Amino acid sequence: MAQDSVYQTDALIAEDIDSYLETHQHKTMLRFITCGSVDDGKSTLIGRLLYDSKMIFEDQLDALSADSKKVGTQGQEIDFALLVDGLAAEREQGITIDVAYRFFNTEKRKFIVADCPGHEQYTRNMVTGASTADLAVILVDARKGVLVQTRRHSYLCHLIGIKNIVLAVNKLDLVDYDQATFDAIVAEYTEFAEEIGIESFTALPISGFRGDNITTAPSESTPWYQGPSLVEHLESVEVLSQVAADKPFRMPVQWVNRPNLDFRGFSGLIATGSVKPGDAVRALPSGKTSTVKSIVTYDGDLDEAIAGQSVTITLEDEIDCSRGDVLCVADNPPETADQFEATLVWLNDEDLHVGRAYWLKLGTQTVSATVQQPKHRVDVNTMDELAAKTLSLNDIGVAEVYSDKPLVFESYVENRTLGGFILVDKITNATVAAGMLNFSLRRSQNVHWQASDITRTHHASMKNQTPRVLWFTGLSGSGKSTIANEVEKKLALMNRHTFLLDGDNVRHGLNKDLGFTEADRIENIRRIGEVARLMTDAGLIVLTAFISPFRAERRMVRDMLEGHEFVEIFVDTPLEVAEERDVKGLYKKARAGDLKNFTGIDSPYEAPEKPEITVNTVEMSPEEAANYIIDQILPLK
Amino acid sequence: MTAPLTHLQRLEAEAIHIIREVAAEADKPVMMYSVGKDSAVMLHLAKKAFYPSPPPFPLLHVDTTWKFKDMYALREKAAREAGMDLLVYHNLEAEERGINPFDHGPLHTDMWKTEGLKQALTQYGFDAAFGGARRDEEKSRAKERIFSFRTASHGWDPKNQRAELWNLYNAKKKKGESIRVFPISNWTELDVWQYIQLENIEIVPLYFAAKRPTYEWEGGLFMADDPERLEKVLGTMPEITERSVRFRTLGCFPLTGAVESEAANLSDVIQETLLTTTSERQGRVIDKDAGGAGMEKKKQEGYF
Repeated sequence: MAQDSVYQTDALIAEDIDSYLETHQHKTMLRFITCGSVDDGKSTLIGRLLYDSKMIFEDQLDALSADSKKVGTQGQEIDFALLVDGLAAEREQGITIDVAYRFFNTEKRKFIVADCPGHEQYTRNMVTGASTADLAVILVDARKGVLVQTRRHSYLCHLIGIKNIVLAVNKLDLVDYDQATFDAIVAEYTEFAEEIGIESFTALPISGFRGDNITTAPSESTPWYQGPSLVEHLESVEVLSQVAADKPFRMPVQWVNRPNLDFRGFSGLIATGSVKPGDAVRALPSGKTSTVKSIVTYDGDLDEAIAGQSVTITLEDEIDCSRGDVLCVADNPPETADQFEATLVWLNDEDLHVGRAYWLKLGTQTVSATVQQPKHRVDVNTMDELAAKTLSLNDIGVAEVYSDKPLVFESYVENRTLGGFILVDKITNATVAAGMLNFSLRRSQNVHWQASDITRTHHASMKNQTPRVLWFTGLSGSGKSTIANEVEKKLALMNRHTFLLDGDNVRHGLNKDLGFTEADRIENIRRIGEVARLMTDAGLIVLTAFISPFRAERRMVRDMLEGHEFVEIFVDTPLEVAEERDVKGLYKKARAGDLKNFTGIDSPYEAPEKPEITVNTVEMSPEEAANYIIDQILPLK
Repeated sequence: MTAPLTHLQRLEAEAIHIIREVAAEADKPVMMYSVGKDSAVMLHLAKKAFYPSPPPFPLLHVDTTWKFKDMYALREKAAREAGMDLLVYHNLEAEERGINPFDHGPLHTDMWKTEGLKQALTQYGFDAAFGGARRDEEKSRAKERIFSFRTASHGWDPKNQRAELWNLYNAKKKKGESIRVFPISNWTELDVWQYIQLENIEIVPLYFAAKRPTYEWEGGLFMADDPERLEKVLGTMPEITERSVRFRTLGCFPLTGAVESEAANLSDVIQETLLTTTSERQGRVIDKDAGGAGMEKKKQEGYF
């Protein structure tokens, strides 16, 4: 095997180790993956790269030769694939199951290559390997051309955001190095790449087994090829961390470093951009701003730190900032939102449960989140968008994701760190999905929290009370409004600051655009919840009187509020009694079919499971019920 | 514009990020410390991760009582300098039964190291343990995640590893389960050596060539670190010769093969490493059991 100039020569190491080390010390690093269909020769190519760069030692080679003869597929020749297929099951079955990471160096770079499995059933492992890659080498067997697997792998690489795609047309030796075969495959792939949105790729004619166009180009066998060799190409592409350094500064806070009272540092890995002492920064989600005092490391304070570095930052002001928060450049912060559209790759044997709460981890933020019914899933072989009720293992789909707390985020395309997330099952703790945020669903969330100096605590203490939301729920005609009205009158006599929200003052204004479909009823409650929350921020005791028939929506409002602020009051009146009362004549209309979606008649009422307070209107008068409620909620201080 | 980060800067930043994630998410983390060069690098990274605070977890050495004397000396010093607690664990059963590398072969590793490690983790209730293993060391290591999940009985299931995307690590687990974390997974032997040189990290002198008392045993060359004990166990004193030797990895002195060498400083050691034609673990007996899958099998049983 001829040694090529791209690799370290033994001579330099032997003659001048220090100058060799000096060169090696300044190398950059490129992470790439190889993928392709089962017999496209991925492992052979990696074996070849390792062998050529002398990363295979004699004892490993001896073991390899022995194994090659025993279970190899290359006759008497060395089967490089055995070198990378490390698990016993893989060696027995002759397939790659999990990602293997391998390392080699050239004169210019250190490389980490992830060898990814080709089978569709190991899509999750391929996505794992692709998530950290700067580049993907997609192998195609020259005899077979672009296959279904080629399309799937290309789609996955594109989806995960790999910008550098190499189409390596392999096993060219088996088609007599025929240029027309190569050109035809490139033409076919070009058409496909355009279809799925791959902007550019580099095509190379190679033979991993024979070594053509791997380290130098052109090979004698392919005089018609004018481009670089595979290794030369790998040495020249721009790595991800270089691209990230040019973006605005963002650092998810991992750890607050407090060795003593005089030092408070925020530790993290800078995701994008750069930072210097004196820079104005903002902590999200609080929105508080300060100035960078110092960038502290074990090796001394830094004048500047850039994307990809792990640092500890101290600030001029004592601001509230902890793990999960994001430090960013003050005048260009990322968005904060709690509802998103996301692309999901399902990684678990158990299907997605729509509406179930999963842990969502994004950067250093962990929240509880639910996934709505997928808008569609993608057939990874045809790229068709199909209707889907759920997502199963290896499925890729688009769905809305709701989190219980606002997340600081950017779209995945903009920022992998603030746009990529995993979902973790709360019971099994398995990583069930990988997700990529596309955009937030509510533009209003793009408004940054203005950190106000008068806090909700101030508002409440000026009113000398504890804010509460007294949420009355029950059937139409159960007496919610009447009782709520009584309660408010009594609170007013006690000098409490209150406000009553009911159908009359909400439906005629704020929610005048909403009807009575299920979706509109949910939105109606959501808006009421948001208004109630603002009023508690202002220190008020809020009373609401709405049927609010669904547990999930009452739960949603409960989750919007702080600790014990939400007081669910179940106005318990049997349907017969409410229908008998029929104050507004609505039951009669509903029974006659003139009123659709009426709760209790043709739309369900889900009674509270654990209300804070229950009042039975058959046994109590409105006055008695109000007194009982007041007794339960006092002292309100 | 600032120069792009070098591969060592990126590897360092990645390792620090991993170490901080564990400290933030695990209830009771611990750093495995074997006193070898990889442990030395890992400890150095832990110091960097939390500077100016000391690392917020202890060091744990699962000892076999058969390590080199130089290793015991550095162990105490390194822990003291890092401002960390050092826990040393001996498997009492192995101690009582006098398990040693000569009479008991593979049982020595199993009892002292695999069982000892499991006992130590269970006894102290550690739910996350850092290890200095690298993916370039061995075939099954190349396939292991950075956060490697272990069942309550410390087993590893290679076919059912959690997907590990970007740098998002899932540290959730049930009570009794634990996670082994490998912050220097993506480092190569050369990276480790070069980092030791650049950062001036103290390592056990045995890595450098010096005149040492050696003996030959079953085809290998070993150092007579404790001749008296050697004679007691072997029943006879092997022939001891002074040779200039060094070690590529460090373990139990009767199990760790020496190589004849004149490389007395870091540059020379690195030079020798690069020009050598055998892999680093070649001097270790542990990888060669059970056909090609020795390490994978050991890991399934709970070995690091």
